[in-house]
Amino acid sequence: MSEAYQHPLMKYVRKGALRQPHCSGCGNGIIAQCMLRAIDELGSDMGKMAFVSGIGCSSWIPSPFFNVDMLHTTHGRPLAFATGVKLGNPELRVVVFTGDGDGAAIGGNHLIHASRRNIEILAVLVNNRIYGMTGGQVSPTTPHGMKTTTTPYGNLEHPFDLSKLVEAAGASYVARWTTFHVKQLVSSMKKGLLKEGFAFIEVVTPCPVQYGRYTGIKDPVESLLMLKKLSVPLSKAKSMSEAELEGRIVIGEFVDRDVVGLTKAYRQLLAEVGA
Amino acid sequence: MKTSVKNIIEPGTHFITGNEACALGAIVAGCRYFAFYPITPANEIAEHMSTLLPKVGGVYMQMEDEISSIASVIGSSWAGRKSMTATSGPGFSLMQENIGYAVMTETPCVIVDVQRSGPSTGTPPLPMQGDVYQARHGSHGEYEIVALAPSSARDMFLLTIEAFNLSEAYRIPAIVLSDALVGHMTESVEIPDPSTITIIERMKPKEPPEECRPFLSEDVAPMPVFGSGYRVHVTASTHDEKGFRNVENPIFVDNLVRKICMKIRKHRNEIVNVETKYLEDAEVALLAYGSVARSALHVVKWAREEGLKVGYVRLITLWPFPDEVIRDVARKVNKIMVLENNMGQIVNEVARVVGGEAEVKFLPPRILGTIHEPSYTMEKLKEVYK
Repeated sequence: MSEAYQHPLMKYVRKGALRQPHCSGCGNGIIAQCMLRAIDELGSDMGKMAFVSGIGCSSWIPSPFFNVDMLHTTHGRPLAFATGVKLGNPELRVVVFTGDGDGAAIGGNHLIHASRRNIEILAVLVNNRIYGMTGGQVSPTTPHGMKTTTTPYGNLEHPFDLSKLVEAAGASYVARWTTFHVKQLVSSMKKGLLKEGFAFIEVVTPCPVQYGRYTGIKDPVESLLMLKKLSVPLSKAKSMSEAELEGRIVIGEFVDRDVVGLTKAYRQLLAEVGA
Repeated sequence: MKTSVKNIIEPGTHFITGNEACALGAIVAGCRYFAFYPITPANEIAEHMSTLLPKVGGVYMQMEDEISSIASVIGSSWAGRKSMTATSGPGFSLMQENIGYAVMTETPCVIVDVQRSGPSTGTPPLPMQGDVYQARHGSHGEYEIVALAPSSARDMFLLTIEAFNLSEAYRIPAIVLSDALVGHMTESVEIPDPSTITIIERMKPKEPPEECRPFLSEDVAPMPVFGSGYRVHVTASTHDEKGFRNVENPIFVDNLVRKICMKIRKHRNEIVNVETKYLEDAEVALLAYGSVARSALHVVKWAREEGLKVGYVRLITLWPFPDEVIRDVARKVNKIMVLENNMGQIVNEVARVVGGEAEVKFLPPRILGTIHEPSYTMEKLKEVYK
């Protein structure tokens, strides 16, 4: 490698922010690169974007790494903060990074209401199916029966189907992929960035360190291939029984519809009332 | 097309509630984002804001709870808008974590707490002053805060503007600590011509992005709002002047905590506001704030008619506590009688700064949640006066 070589996506990286907090084998690096590729392929101006994240491993994907206006917020609340950012300056393209703990447990209500409001925000929910940063506690998407640091006898609860939840709540765009499906993920992120409504992308990602120590699959490549093996395309899943789908990850685009977003509706209201 | 403030708020005398006056003050101050979750006795602020804001190009958002209300207010402030939320005790409790976030990230915003009786659900329409310490120390960690206490509907107008000015000048969340009595009372409010009112705007950076230090200055760092080309990194983790996180070296904790505290402490004398009357020859001073100050002033005037040398002190700024002003009062009088609609909160601060200079007495109303009856206060005053 010559000294002059620079990664083509380096221009999107904040100076002095290369040090990564993620464990080796984590899927977050893949997701960061997919996001930057989507921005690069669209030719989006990062100076006209704002990224908002919460607390948890997923929130470190854009913060402080991306060279962009960045609001790294409190646990569970990035969508609520982002709602103010978007309505405060509708010209900004607002992207939220959240996780299964941040977005589905402590911040679950904000996820439902952001979807219902159909506010023009792209939310990427990184689902590693466990609380990674705090040491491997059970999360709302941890599979039934699984042992974690706080379910030593097995998880009695059943996991949330977050894409279904967001679809039912009224989002304009909903897709689910794993970090194995990078081409599809980049394509979905591009659609989400352009969507004039609430766009939600769930990315199932391996956590070889915390999740892996309970499944026994600690090798990064092996855990990525496991996600591939468990994945079922939506078209195929439609003809499968509930029992057959147990423990599988249904992937694909679930929703892609055009409904007037909240800030556009608000602009119309301002034109009517303010005139 | 935006309608100017002048066309929707007529200068002159208005017969309105404190909560409506608060909404008018916010609009005049330049508030263009208001987020809310319904709660008694603050609802009227939201009803007026939802009507007024679209007329001036502003946004009203009813959020799913008070946590998201304050969160979206902070987000909107970083997007460049003056932003506010209003609530009462239970909602104020829910907001505390993100009020700390606003302190930590130096985000200007205004929080109106129309206090009701507590603890917990309590009696929603009844006024109490139970949130004085919650306003001061409600969020975790070490910080300073600004809280103002309106005593009238007119104060609700003026102090909402003042709260915006302080929040913008010092890049802090500023709290208007009202109560159900002030919020719900209807009285004459003199609205001046908006062009005569001082409005302060946050300082924007003049230097280029690579030289900008948008955080941690005792004299307030400039605020590069989103979309202005500064690509600012805002985090509530311990950070440096540029916004970079550092949670490895305690030096960064020390620097941050001192700076966000000193930002207020250093400017305390510019921030604090105390109203005093009849102090020149006073032997006893009645000290009160908020709705209670109305009754206290009535008693002071009555006592003067009876020949008692009684003075009046009204705290307009509760936090930062006006230490020096109250110490000066203590040097003039023999006794300070503190009236509060609680079991004794600000009286502890008075006792702290007074030391041995004057004797400090405390008087709650005969029935908590009601105004101090003047005859009851007079009876107790005469016992103290002896």
